[in-house]
Amino acid sequence: MDLTVTDLAIARGGIPVLAHVSLTLRPGRALVLRGPNGIGKTTLLRTIAGLQPPLAGAIGLPAEDIAYAGHADGLKATLSVAENLRFWARIFGTGDIAAALAAMDLKGLADRPAHSLSAGQKRRLGLARLLVTGRRFWLLDEPTVSLDAASVALFAAAVRAHLARGGAALMATHIDLGIAEAEVLDLTPFRAAPTAPAPGGFEEAFA
Amino acid sequence: MMALLSRDLALAFRAGGGFGLSLAFFLIVTVLVPFGVGPEGGTLARIAPGILWVGALLACLLSLDRIFALDHEDGTLDLLATAPIPLETVAATKALAHWLTTGLPLTLAAPVLAILLNLPPSGFFWLTASLALGTPALSMIGAFGAALTVGLKRGGLLLSLLVLPLYIPTLIFGAECARRGAEGLATATPVLMLLGITLGSLALLPFAAAAAIRVNLR
Repeated sequence: MDLTVTDLAIARGGIPVLAHVSLTLRPGRALVLRGPNGIGKTTLLRTIAGLQPPLAGAIGLPAEDIAYAGHADGLKATLSVAENLRFWARIFGTGDIAAALAAMDLKGLADRPAHSLSAGQKRRLGLARLLVTGRRFWLLDEPTVSLDAASVALFAAAVRAHLARGGAALMATHIDLGIAEAEVLDLTPFRAAPTAPAPGGFEEAFA
Repeated sequence: MMALLSRDLALAFRAGGGFGLSLAFFLIVTVLVPFGVGPEGGTLARIAPGILWVGALLACLLSLDRIFALDHEDGTLDLLATAPIPLETVAATKALAHWLTTGLPLTLAAPVLAILLNLPPSGFFWLTASLALGTPALSMIGAFGAALTVGLKRGGLLLSLLVLPLYIPTLIFGAECARRGAEGLATATPVLMLLGITLGSLALLPFAAAAAIRVNLR
């Protein structure tokens, strides 16, 4: 099943940022979202993940197929790397964390508490979480922040392996991951026309 | 659900998890009251059920803002909202974890601390029973309040203001139950009211809390 987004309009903080966004993502493909800061890449990903409702348009994919990774990794500082990962594996009903640890080169850190990790290591743990979700469509928001070149390559390899397994990835990123099959979608043309504050502002406060 | 519960319990018992804070606060209140009120046994015995209930309620309030705020700060709540467990289950589970680390220890400690307040031994049973029946409601109502204020920085004050009025019926019937028990009167009416509040909160508030989280995550 494809991820299809039809004529989507989204708002951040009540202000429309993007309108008439349409895209299709087939299994085995990756799509990279580009655009200047504030264009609405994060908002688009959060909307597709089901965390906020769109202003208009439709998203043709059940939320059960989507794994979302935002700016924050959702790690608990006092739990060890393996405990953090095992928690998400149990939440998503998949058991094995060894493969995910190996894929993101975290084996040697498995027993370290998460607060003793560096920013890049935390990010790698956050990305390893995607591997234990067992979901096909990855929504990635700036996945390579604070990763070094070797880790970016590691991550690109993990994404490529995911695509080869029939998964798909939609990511907002500014750097080139070197994934040849990735298409690029520039969001700049979809910028919403500036509008006066919607008259529904009062209701929005209580929505 | 078990994964979330065991994780929350593990977090609470580890360093900086906040377990013991409520218990310590409860201990401080009950130790200080005899100094403030004076050592006269009759007065203390009369106010003991009320003091213990107010102490337990405030101790419970102390740890409420941790229920969702920490998970919101580090992004866990976003990820849980996209996870296969419904947010209603998340809210109920987190309230349960809060009760296991706050309400249950308070309930178990109450008869011991009641000795400091000269509560007659005949009242121990009903004190413990009323807290055991009432504190789950405190945790569930508190989780709802925490869900309402989850996106706010320093939402603790607003949380207290929102939650305290909702706590008052539980306090009235809980303390009344403990008082009547201590004086050897019939306790059926306050027990039933307390039970009604608890069951009602457990049945309805997970849905309200989940709805509040969904709005706050937007």
